[in-house]
Amino acid sequence: QQCQPALWKMTENCFMHHRTKVLTIDTMNPNVKKVEYAVRGPIVQRAVQIEKELKAGAKKPFSEVIRANIGDAHAMGQRPITFFRQVLALCSYPELLEGNEFPEDAKERARRILQACGGGSIGAYSASQGIECVRQDVARYIQERDGGIPCNPDNIYLSTGASDAIVTILKLLVCGEGRNRTGVMIPIPQYPLYSAALADLGAVQIEYYLDEENCWSLDVSELRRALVAAQQHCSPRALCIINPGNPTGQVQSRQCIEDVIRFAAEEHLFLMADEVYQDNVYAEGCEFHSFKKVLFEMGPEYSDTVELVSFHSTSKCYMGECGFRGGYMEVINMDPDVKVQLTKLVSVRLCPPVPGQALLDVVVNPPRPGEPSFNTYIKERTSTLQVLAEKAWLTEEVFNTVPGITCNPVQGAMYSFPRISLPERAIQQAKEKGQAPDMFYCMKLLEETGICLVPGSGFGQREGTYHFRMTILPPTDKLKIVLEKVKQFHQSFTQQYS
Amino acid sequence: MSQNRFQNLYPPMPSIFMAPTEIMYDAKHLFLFSHTQGVKKPYKEVIDICWGDAHSGGTKPLTFVRQVIAVCIYPELLQETTIAPDVKERARRLLRECPGGSVGKYCVCGIPFVQDGVCEFISKRDGGVPSYPEDIFICSGSQNALMFVLKLLVHGKGLAQTGVLTPIPCYPTFVMGLTELGAAMVPYYLCEDDGWCLHVEELRRALATSRSHCNPRILYVINPGNPTGHVQSRESIEEVIRFAAEEELFIFADEVYQDMMYAEGSQFVSYKKVLFEMGPQYSNTVELASFHSVSKGIMGECGLRCGYVELVNLDPSVKQSVTSAFNTERNTAVIGQIALNIMVDPPKPGDPSYPTFSQVSLHETVEALPGTSFQAGSGGIYAYLRLDLPQKALLQAKEEGTDPDLMYCSRLLEEEGVCLVVGKEHGQQEGTYHIRICIGTTSTRLKEVLRRLKSFHLRFLNEFS
Repeated sequence: QQCQPALWKMTENCFMHHRTKVLTIDTMNPNVKKVEYAVRGPIVQRAVQIEKELKAGAKKPFSEVIRANIGDAHAMGQRPITFFRQVLALCSYPELLEGNEFPEDAKERARRILQACGGGSIGAYSASQGIECVRQDVARYIQERDGGIPCNPDNIYLSTGASDAIVTILKLLVCGEGRNRTGVMIPIPQYPLYSAALADLGAVQIEYYLDEENCWSLDVSELRRALVAAQQHCSPRALCIINPGNPTGQVQSRQCIEDVIRFAAEEHLFLMADEVYQDNVYAEGCEFHSFKKVLFEMGPEYSDTVELVSFHSTSKCYMGECGFRGGYMEVINMDPDVKVQLTKLVSVRLCPPVPGQALLDVVVNPPRPGEPSFNTYIKERTSTLQVLAEKAWLTEEVFNTVPGITCNPVQGAMYSFPRISLPERAIQQAKEKGQAPDMFYCMKLLEETGICLVPGSGFGQREGTYHFRMTILPPTDKLKIVLEKVKQFHQSFTQQYS
Repeated sequence: MSQNRFQNLYPPMPSIFMAPTEIMYDAKHLFLFSHTQGVKKPYKEVIDICWGDAHSGGTKPLTFVRQVIAVCIYPELLQETTIAPDVKERARRLLRECPGGSVGKYCVCGIPFVQDGVCEFISKRDGGVPSYPEDIFICSGSQNALMFVLKLLVHGKGLAQTGVLTPIPCYPTFVMGLTELGAAMVPYYLCEDDGWCLHVEELRRALATSRSHCNPRILYVINPGNPTGHVQSRESIEEVIRFAAEEELFIFADEVYQDMMYAEGSQFVSYKKVLFEMGPQYSNTVELASFHSVSKGIMGECGLRCGYVELVNLDPSVKQSVTSAFNTERNTAVIGQIALNIMVDPPKPGDPSYPTFSQVSLHETVEALPGTSFQAGSGGIYAYLRLDLPQKALLQAKEEGTDPDLMYCSRLLEEEGVCLVVGKEHGQQEGTYHIRICIGTTSTRLKEVLRRLKSFHLRFLNEFS
C-alpha cells in the first residue's frame, strides 16, 4: 500500500514527503479543545515568563512575582503539621521505627498503616477504592464530625485529591443526546475545575448565580430559575455546591443547606457537595454544617432518598498538603448498580497514591489529648487557622478602603473575590485587545507589580461586573505589601483610564 | 426504593474482562474467611500473584529511594548521622526545586528538575537522541498518562469512532480504559507459536477489517509485553514503525517494563531510538507516545503513582491545547516525582549508596509442566502459560456453566491457595486457555507457588484423563 502524500515540503536540498499528522487541531477530540482552566491559564503562563525574565536579569519595577493565584499554602510558606510529616516519613522509610527520632504515637500510626499495605510497603498497589483501614478511619472521622450519624466505610472512596473524585462522579452522571444530554448545575462564580470537567465530558453547564449583594449567599429561587430555563434544552441531573465557597468564601447557613436539600429532593437532582474547605471558617457567626449531617437531621423522607456525594481532601484546611494528592468522597443513597459501575471505574486508574492515603489517614486520625504529640499538633493547627482568619479579615478591611473596590467578608476558604469597577475606556481597550476587561486589568497588574491574580472572568460573574480572585495565603507581612500595591495600582489604573 | 434513573447511564464495562477477577477475588475472600472460621485447608496462606506488584510480592523497596523520600518529607532528618551524604545531597537538591521548599506543593506538569532528568535519561538510553522537557508529561502512573493521551485523540461515533489497535493478549485495565473513553478496540493477535511476537501481516489484517466499522488512528504496543514478556527485536520495531507511517497511525509504545530484562543476551531497544535511526523520513513525521513509570523495574513503586509520557512529533498546532488540557487535570504527587527523579538518575558507582542500589534479579522462569506450554519471554514481570486442558475438563466446565480456565483457577485457589489471573481476562484465541503468574517476587515465594501449582496441575490432569 503506497503512502498518500498530503503535501510536499521543500527543504534546502530536497523535497521531503510531508505526511499528514494523525493528531491535528482539526482531528483532536473537540471536547479537549474546549477546556480552559483559568487558575493556570494565560496569566499564569505570563507570570512564569516574567519569572524567567527576572532570573535572566531583566529590570522590572519589582523583584519577584507573587503567586497569589493558586490555593497552594506550602508554596506560600505555610508550615506543614509536624506530626503528619513524621508519620509519612516513618511510612516511607520504616527503618526509622527502630530509632529514637520519632514519638511513639507517630510510630504507632505508621505501623498500623504499613500493616495494611501489601508487603508492608507504601509502594504496593492498594485496593482501587483505597486501603480498607484508612476508609474505616475516614468513616469514623465523619461519624464523629456529624454527631454520631453512622458512616459505612463501603461508601468511602479514596481519591487522588478531591478533583479526581469530582470528575469521576461527573463521568457517571453525564450521558444522553440532544435534549436528553445531562445538565449539571454549578454556582457562578465557581471553581473552574467544574466548568473544565463539564466541557471535557460534553455536559451542559447550568449556571446559578450567587448573590453578591448578600455576601454571595445561595438563593433557592435562583436555583429554580436556572433549572426551569435549563429544562428547555437539556436534562438536569446534578447540583454542585461548594461550601465553604471558592472563590467567594461564603459559608452556607444551616437553613440554606436545608433549602438546597429540599430543592434537590423535589427536582430529583443528584447533590455534589464540595466541602474541601470545611475547616477554613473564620467569620463570627459562621459555622460549617456538613450536607450529610443536615440531610440526616431532616428525617428519613430525605435521608433515605436524596443522592448525595460529599468531597474532602488533604490539600486545604490547616494541612495544605496539595502535593500529596490525598482525598476522598462519601457516596450516600447511591443506586447499587451505579455503585458497581463506580467501583469498576475507579479501578481503571488502579489506585490513588498510597502516600496520599496514608496522609489522609493521619488527618482523620490526629493526635488525641494525652498522646505525646497532641500539644504540638493542636498548637500548630490552631495557629495556622488563626493566621488565616487574621489575613481574611485584613484583606477584606484593606480592599474596602479603596474607592472602586468592594470586598465581601471572607467568611471561609482561602480567597478574596473583590469586585472592581473599571473605567469605560479601560473596558474599551480590553475589548479592542480581545481580552476580558478584568483579564486586561490583571495582566497590567502583573506587568507593573509582579502580583499574579486570577481575573473574575475565569470563575464566572454577572454580566457587566468585574472581579479578581486573590489568595489570602502569602505570609502576613507580604500580604500587607501586596494589598497596598493592589490598592495603589487600582488608583493609578482608574486615573489612567478616566 | 430508589428509582434507577441511571439506566443506560454509562457505557457498559466489558464484563467479559472484569468478571473473572471479580469471581476470583470473591472466592479468595470466601476462602480467607473460611480459614478464619477454622476450616482446615492444606495450606496456611493464600498466595496472590495476580498483580505486577513487586512489593506486595515481598520485594523490598530500595533504601536510597525511601531515605530520600523520608528526608524530603521530614527535612529534620538531615541532622541524622545514619543517613548517607548522597541521600542528603539529593534530598536537599529536590527540596530546593520545590518552591516553598516543601513536598506539599502542587506541581503542574511536573517539577522542571525532574523533567530535565527524564530527558537526560531518555537521551542517554537512546545513544544521544535528543529529548526535550516540553515533550515530557509527568502523570500519576502510566495508566493515567495513557488515558491522557488517548483522550486527546479519541472521539466520534459510528464509522468516525476512533479505533485503537490493541494486542491480544493484553492486560485488562487498558481495555477498560478504552471503553471508558468510548474508543473502539481493534484486536490484533500476537503469535503464540512464535514466542508471542508481532507479525505485521496480522496488524494489516486487523486494520483492514476495522475500517468498516471505525476510524483506526492509534497503534498500541507493549514492549516488553504484558502478559507475554516478549521483547521485540529491532527489526520488528522497524516494521511496526514503517506500518504506522504508511497507515497514518499514532504509535503508543508502552515501555514500562524496559528495565526488566532477564534472559541472557536479550536487549531492550526503545521505539524512539529505532525511529530516529530510520532517518528523517520517519523520525520527523511519525507520531509516537512513549510511556514509562516507577511502578516496575527495580523501583517497583506502584503505590507512589508516577509515570511519564514523551510525546514525539506532535503537530505544532496542537501543542498549546495539549499543554492547556494537561494543566487542568494533572497534579502528580510530589513523592512520586521524587521516585521518578531517582529512577532516571540513580546513584552512580562510587556514590555511598550505590552498592545497595543493585539490580533486582528476576528469578528462574517457570518450566513447562506436562499439559502446558510456555513461550518464555525475555522481559517483563509475568510468566504466561498455556494450558492444554483435556477434553474431559472442557466438558466439565461446560456442565458447570463456566469457562475452562476459570474453573482451573478456582480449583487451584480452593485446593492450593494460589490466586492467579485467568487468561480470559487478557483475551485469547478461541479454544486456548492461559494463566498469568507474576514472577516479580522473592525466590522462596515463587518456588512455593510453583510447587503448589505443579502439585495441583498433575492431580488435575489425572482427574480429567
